[in-house]
Amino acid sequence: MSVSLNMLGQAIADGLLTGAVISLGAIGISFTMQIMRFANFSHAELLTWGGYLALVGVGFIGAGLPTAGLSFGLGLVAATLLAMLLTGALAWGVDRLVFRRLRRSGAHHLTLVFASFGVGLVLRHVIVLFWGHESRFYTQELQIAIELLPGVRVMPDQVFILALTMIIVLALHLWLKHSRTGIAMRATAESPALATACGIEIDRVIRATWFIGGGLAALSGVFVGLTPQLNAEIGGSLLLALFAAAILGGVGSLPGAVVGGLLVGLAENLMLLWVSPGYKQSMSFGVLILVLLLRPQGLFGERQEGDR
Amino acid sequence: MSGMLSYLVFFASVVLILGIVVLGLNLQWGFTGLFNAGVVGFYAIGGYTFAILTAAPLSGHMGNFGLHWSLGLLAAMFVTALAAWAIGALTIRLRGDYLAITSFGIAVTIQLVTLNWGALTGGPNGLTRLGRPLAGWFDTPAAFNAAYLVMLAAIVALVYWGLERMLRSPWGRVLRAIREDELAAVALGKNARRFRLEAFVIGSALMGLAGALYVGYIGFVSPFDFLPILTFQAWAMLIVGGSGNNRGALLGALVVWGIWTVSGIAVTKLLPPSLAAQGAAVQVILIGAALVAMLLWRPRGIIGEEAVVSRHTTD
Repeated sequence: MSVSLNMLGQAIADGLLTGAVISLGAIGISFTMQIMRFANFSHAELLTWGGYLALVGVGFIGAGLPTAGLSFGLGLVAATLLAMLLTGALAWGVDRLVFRRLRRSGAHHLTLVFASFGVGLVLRHVIVLFWGHESRFYTQELQIAIELLPGVRVMPDQVFILALTMIIVLALHLWLKHSRTGIAMRATAESPALATACGIEIDRVIRATWFIGGGLAALSGVFVGLTPQLNAEIGGSLLLALFAAAILGGVGSLPGAVVGGLLVGLAENLMLLWVSPGYKQSMSFGVLILVLLLRPQGLFGERQEGDR
Repeated sequence: MSGMLSYLVFFASVVLILGIVVLGLNLQWGFTGLFNAGVVGFYAIGGYTFAILTAAPLSGHMGNFGLHWSLGLLAAMFVTALAAWAIGALTIRLRGDYLAITSFGIAVTIQLVTLNWGALTGGPNGLTRLGRPLAGWFDTPAAFNAAYLVMLAAIVALVYWGLERMLRSPWGRVLRAIREDELAAVALGKNARRFRLEAFVIGSALMGLAGALYVGYIGFVSPFDFLPILTFQAWAMLIVGGSGNNRGALLGALVVWGIWTVSGIAVTKLLPPSLAAQGAAVQVILIGAALVAMLLWRPRGIIGEEAVVSRHTTD
């Protein structure tokens, strides 16, 4: 199949937009993997929960009047902020209920991975229980695509998503660099034992990690719901992409998670030019295998030989 | 009455097949501490390898070689072992949870392949007219089912005996030594990666065998026999029964599959069809919550691992 320049351009535009969504989800998974040392399989369900919590909010206050070509207004923005807070609280609550107890009982860190597997299943099926398997939408507004380049079209919502993601990532970067909690988080990521010895309260760091990871996951879920719809599978179907992005970027690295997310999004959409869309999810698996083969510590990660 | 009996035969056969899966998982997790999050993927590789090799030839299909079922069973184990070796060799040297992520990825990829590569796998329709083990030797379905059950029981007994032998051999002791204290085992000159990889490959090959036995039993294969929830069920069986104990693994298969089946029947009988999705969700939520609770309050499971003391220390 020959691929025209337009198609290539469109794939790159779509890839960056998917990538932004993946980046936001990958930040939390990457931080959890570094600070709490386990791969959290339930993280993807936080995306779904965020999306649906915002849907509940929109159900009460409406999505707001569409402004500036977007399909929504202030209502959805308010609902999203609330959903971010609640999803962060949910992530932290699950930690209190399950993961913290396991950590304290001295369980093997792979037991935590397994528990997260179970937690993820429960979280996903609670969504199915309340909303079933049908797709949901925040608004019924129609949008007119903007033609960025000849043949390359994007929705105003998508541009908004990409811009907002970049702003939030920049803010988070500055916060990690300069705030007390941010510095404590980076120190804990480096070495939990040393951080404790320096008087850092690990519990506070862990709480911050869950609220940041959960909040960004919720935002990511709302973005999936906006482009174009919400269903119980949105998180689960992104799980491999989130892991691939976190590992590609380097576990524990914020720029890593963002660059990793964008690259995975791009790779997915570019490969779709040649491969049937049925294989979409396994594209990120291909990326993951390549990373583990060539550079297991990721782009921005440090080598951790024998870290089991 | 005969309906009930034939159902019990079917139930027991499924329990035995899943028992093989859980025995394989126990070798990986219970004895070696390897997290396989893609059990269903290896199970499906075995099932599809068997189906592709033994299905009666059909135009438009790349596979459907119409080979004998015994070849199908062997090939199923071999191909599954190969897949396990490939991802194991890549990830066992890395962080423990990377194996979990890649095995999960294998499961997702296999599911997509079975759905989308129609020429090989039959796509959503699957493959039919497989070369079923023992088929043709019996006149009635009831006789076939009974004979198949006996064959499964024999295979499970053989696998159980083989695993027990292996685990009590020096090889098995090294596995446990690595699981408990890798550094100490390495210091004693044991190649931890090689032992881990061997355990992972053998365990996965057993899952492949189970997949082949399953599709050989039902006589057709489709992607809907290999849903992601199976990974979770296999884990539930292992944890409930008692990881690190092969009898616990088999008991867990019986208990969890029993609870799953009964609760499934209850959901379909008690709820109107319009609430079927909700009922199924409740089923998963309850099992998921029970499992997490088990991890928190009774990580040993029903039986649990026996403490082993060297016979040389007691006199």
